[in-house]
Amino acid sequence: MTQPAIKVEGLWKEYVVGRAQQAHGTFYDLLANTMKAPFQRLRNLGGKTDEVDRFWALQDINFEIQPGEVVGVVGSNGAGKSTLLKILSRITSPTKGRVEVRGRLASLLEVGIGFHPELTGRENIFLNATILGMRREEIAQKFDEIVEFSGVEHFLDTPVKRYSSGMYVRLAFSVSAFVEADILLIDEVLAVGDRDFQKKCLGMMGDVARGGKSVLFVSHNLTALRNICSKGLLLNNGHLNHVGNIDDVIHKYSSSRTESSELSIHLIEDSTSRIARVVRVEIIPQNMDSGKSIYISSPFRIDVLIEVQDSESDVGVYLHCHDSEQNRVFSTGSFFNPILCGMNLKKGFHKLQCNVPGHLLNDGQYSLDVILLKDRHEILVSESSLIGFYVHDESLGVEGWNWRANGVIRPRLEWTTEYIAQPLAIPSI
Amino acid sequence: MLDWRELWAYRELLWVLTTRDIRVRYKQTVLGASWAILRPFLTMVIFSVVFGQLAKMPSDGLPYPIFVYAGLLPWTFFAAAISSSGGSLVGSSHLVSKVYFPRLIIPLSSVGSGLVDLMISTGILLLMMVYYGVGWSLNLLAAPLLLLFVLFTALGVGTLLSALTVAYRDFTHVTPFLVQIWMYITPVIFPVSLVPEKWQWLLYLNPMTGLVEAFRSAFLGKPFDLTGIGTSFAIAMALFIVGVAYFEKVERRFADII
Repeated sequence: MTQPAIKVEGLWKEYVVGRAQQAHGTFYDLLANTMKAPFQRLRNLGGKTDEVDRFWALQDINFEIQPGEVVGVVGSNGAGKSTLLKILSRITSPTKGRVEVRGRLASLLEVGIGFHPELTGRENIFLNATILGMRREEIAQKFDEIVEFSGVEHFLDTPVKRYSSGMYVRLAFSVSAFVEADILLIDEVLAVGDRDFQKKCLGMMGDVARGGKSVLFVSHNLTALRNICSKGLLLNNGHLNHVGNIDDVIHKYSSSRTESSELSIHLIEDSTSRIARVVRVEIIPQNMDSGKSIYISSPFRIDVLIEVQDSESDVGVYLHCHDSEQNRVFSTGSFFNPILCGMNLKKGFHKLQCNVPGHLLNDGQYSLDVILLKDRHEILVSESSLIGFYVHDESLGVEGWNWRANGVIRPRLEWTTEYIAQPLAIPSI
Repeated sequence: MLDWRELWAYRELLWVLTTRDIRVRYKQTVLGASWAILRPFLTMVIFSVVFGQLAKMPSDGLPYPIFVYAGLLPWTFFAAAISSSGGSLVGSSHLVSKVYFPRLIIPLSSVGSGLVDLMISTGILLLMMVYYGVGWSLNLLAAPLLLLFVLFTALGVGTLLSALTVAYRDFTHVTPFLVQIWMYITPVIFPVSLVPEKWQWLLYLNPMTGLVEAFRSAFLGKPFDLTGIGTSFAIAMALFIVGVAYFEKVERRFADII
């Protein structure tokens, strides 16, 4: 049997948060605490322990990755995904446990690490690639490919501070895409650039995945994960909940998010862009009885509260709705309304509302992806399965019919009847 | 302790980061790299007027301008090296928290990027020696050793300060102050002979004293004070070991606390 590329055994990572860290924040405090330490220790002997806020970011993680396996890491914000990648790439050290890595490892936790605004595109390619662990000859060898992929040939000798944000990001990604390594750790690198470039990046990542490298891929983009990865790890509050086939892992993840039956979600961190961010997403049933549940007949409203941070930008909300089998049921954008299309939103908070009529969805679990777009094509924020909701079945009140009407949607269609006196008058087909 | 082999494996990164600092330093300046010549030269002129002409500071029988310039050479390098490496880790927090490499590379490259300026200002000194008719002596052969000496001194203090700054931001204020005070206890503008003989050993506890004196001996042909220089060298080495050892000890925590 071949040796695993990555082997993780009993991995724990603890962060000290709040008081303890503040207490050692300044040199003066350190001196003061050192003076107090003997007394504190005496007190601790008496059974009193100093209170320290500790937080386990990862708890007892065990898994192996074989050479050539492409593994997606799934979990909600704060589940420990980034911490795991940071430990595997040796940026931070584990509190307990062992990590064995066989082969050359490159971590792509961010694009364009070390890019210096004053340096030219050419200089930054060498700088960034060296930081990612490539040798000089390797960079020289791949240089033309990197430049071609990025599409910034004409600006190679221009300082990158004069690049447009799109060019900058394309160049940054391109270096990452050509990194030479046996094992790649990738964190959300894909959430950059306009949609065309994202597509190109995804294709590139697919090629990398098929190229025999071991890849560990953290992303909120479930579609990308499903396309690229074969295996998945599901992290939840620092625990490894499930290891297995990527489809199973995604299914478990989506249902765990919708089961929480929360109808509103607040975003505090993540999902930030300099231009706009999603603050809150709410699903509000519009029943007559104003209950909390959504029935097949209930119209409901999707409220997306966004904060526009750039003074005047054409920001729009785009939604994908998936059922529990991950079929896309519908997609809709605020700019589908001609009045909202091309409208510049001023700086501040805006609530964008989407009215979904009753008698549209069948009963079951649904989840929404929320995407913020600038000028209808540049992705600012993309959050998959951000919020889930359940559509409850309700009795049709039809005597003698006790079954569910199958299908992805359950529209209320009109039925009529007409008496026909002479059937022969109808031309037969 | 220190993993020399790993450090060697990352030598290209050290080179790239050092050259980056050098390239960026004079970008978008009108005078460009001539700043590397102007700065030490103007400092020398000002010091010569203030301390040489007005304060009549003794200079061991040498013309004051060349006396003070020979002392400024290692001092300017040292001061720039510890100021820039002190804040180097915090300034590179985006690197430290996003990618792995031996962290020592960062303060090393900060110190290394000052070498070009040191070379340029040494060139000016050689020209000044011709102008003032100070003969080139065999003592000049010690110059490469002195280069190592000044590098190790700057590295020791620089790594120590950079690691301390990560944990205690107080050191962003301490470092500039330290540089200022340190200059007064280093015989840059005054000769060691100004201090009563029985107290001179105290001055040599400062590694920079030995260095400045050694530079003057090498370039200006004064005999080497081996006891004094040796004391300073031993202390510089001790500082280097302490600096790197402390750095290595806290290195693992950098990404979590930076």
